[in-house]
Amino acid sequence: MNECVNTLTPWERLQLIRHKEHPTINDYIPYLFDEFYELHGDRCYGDDSAMLCGLAMLEGRPVTVISHVKGRNLNENKKVNFAMPHPEGYRKSLRLARQAEKFHRPVVCFIDTPGAFCGVEAEERGQGEAIAKNICEFMKLETPVISVVLGEGGSGGALALGVCDELAMLSNSLYSVISPRGFASILWKDASREKDACNMMKITAEDMVRLGIAEHIIDEPIGGAHVDLCKTAENIKEYLLGVIAEKSQKSIDVLLNERYTKFRKIGEFEIRQKEELLDSK
Amino acid sequence: MLEDIFKVVKTRFNGKEAEQDVVSDTTIPENIMFKCPRCRTAMFEDDYIRNNKVCTSCNYHGRLSARERIRITADKGSFKEFDRDMISKNPIEFPGYEKKQEALREQTGINDAVITGECRIRKIRVVIAVMDASFMMASMGSVVGEKITRAIEYATENKIPFIAFTASGGARMQEGMVSLMQMAKTSGAVARHSEAGQLYITVLTDPTTGGVTASFASLGDIIIAEPKVLVGFAGRRVIEGTIKQRLPDDFQLAEFQLEKGFVDMIAERKKMRSVLSHLMILHNYRPEEN
Repeated sequence: MNECVNTLTPWERLQLIRHKEHPTINDYIPYLFDEFYELHGDRCYGDDSAMLCGLAMLEGRPVTVISHVKGRNLNENKKVNFAMPHPEGYRKSLRLARQAEKFHRPVVCFIDTPGAFCGVEAEERGQGEAIAKNICEFMKLETPVISVVLGEGGSGGALALGVCDELAMLSNSLYSVISPRGFASILWKDASREKDACNMMKITAEDMVRLGIAEHIIDEPIGGAHVDLCKTAENIKEYLLGVIAEKSQKSIDVLLNERYTKFRKIGEFEIRQKEELLDSK
Repeated sequence: MLEDIFKVVKTRFNGKEAEQDVVSDTTIPENIMFKCPRCRTAMFEDDYIRNNKVCTSCNYHGRLSARERIRITADKGSFKEFDRDMISKNPIEFPGYEKKQEALREQTGINDAVITGECRIRKIRVVIAVMDASFMMASMGSVVGEKITRAIEYATENKIPFIAFTASGGARMQEGMVSLMQMAKTSGAVARHSEAGQLYITVLTDPTTGGVTASFASLGDIIIAEPKVLVGFAGRRVIEGTIKQRLPDDFQLAEFQLEKGFVDMIAERKKMRSVLSHLMILHNYRPEEN
């Protein structure tokens, strides 16, 4: 895993993710894949520009790519709705994941979103249902699914692309139940305590490995992914080649059982003994 | 002269003495009135409770505790609870989380926000999970996720239907990412129950939102909602903050979700047992004698 220990605090990593030169999926694609054909639309309502889906060739192996899309500046971000998908984004991703299943292609998901979009139209078109359907269907998708967190992964909007056989995180990426700002605002009623929230939420790559949520950390160059895009992409590619080769060898039954178990065992609880119950009263 | 009158009134309402007077004169016991959050009609708490906590004016179906729900849903004496003593740890070491839970256990009499178990509804064997909004707004953490998953797995193994009475504010923030993963865990269990050909019904109760809407609550073969309950993904205030305007009162109510195509039917509480049992019979589950 990590060759050198990452000494950046979660807050410093968040600043790196927000750096205007932080690479997005569009920067990585030319380095990772030989060919890429974007496929549009959910065949139901529309096409969501916050979700990029397509077919790609990874060293001679066809894969389906599904990714949140961030922009590098305000104009780009407006076009992709700051990487916050509407329900049609999730329905597009599910459509293409099923297509991948049909043609026995592995699915590679890239997570990079603050969360699913919160708005009137998103509610009217069933944001909750769209995410739930993705989570449930990815759980039984009969083809390998690998997810990589590129920048920030926030809430159910990120998890919709995170039900996978193996989750990898870039060494400075973060994965959280809600954005640090949202966390501070909900629990302390004070969004300005974003920094405190970020540092206490346990959202780094190392935390995810410790909690059993991620299996692998992909090294970023010292200073962050943008310092050497080519090297970062190379590391991602090397990881993908290895893990896809490994997962593709497994039978579908074994794969699905392992995927189920991966999530099944996450949770921290205990059975309180009756005596203790009496003592506390 | 007029000034004098006003002086009297002023001291009556603003003066310290007057305040004390009011408090001592009108000793209104707590919880005598209930004000409906939907139509804002005030009614006697007794009438509201006698009506199974349904607003007598607008038919809003108010919140029930999990125990109350089980009492009006399961055949008398048929409920066998699962995993009653399961309690949560503190996975991200959130300050004060253990203490808060301890206080709530004392106050509510339940160990976390869901009660699961097996029971019969009109003699049909079924596994149920009932969420309780009085425990941290029924947010989903490790215990809620684990208990619901175990209940579904039990239903899958025993080839019986599963009914979830959902209510939730979403993921349990205090448990960080572990809580988010419960969405995947519960949805995975639903997927297996479904692949085993078994029936899953969700009954959406007030309020069903966030991570629970975005996981098992939206995955029922049949989705029922109680009248006028709140069902949505994002919170109203969050959306209002995004669009900078006030949302209409009926936004995200059960009737809105029915119109938008996300629930199959709206059923009243008093008919729920009958609706559930009929739906199970329509899926070839039979009442058992004894």
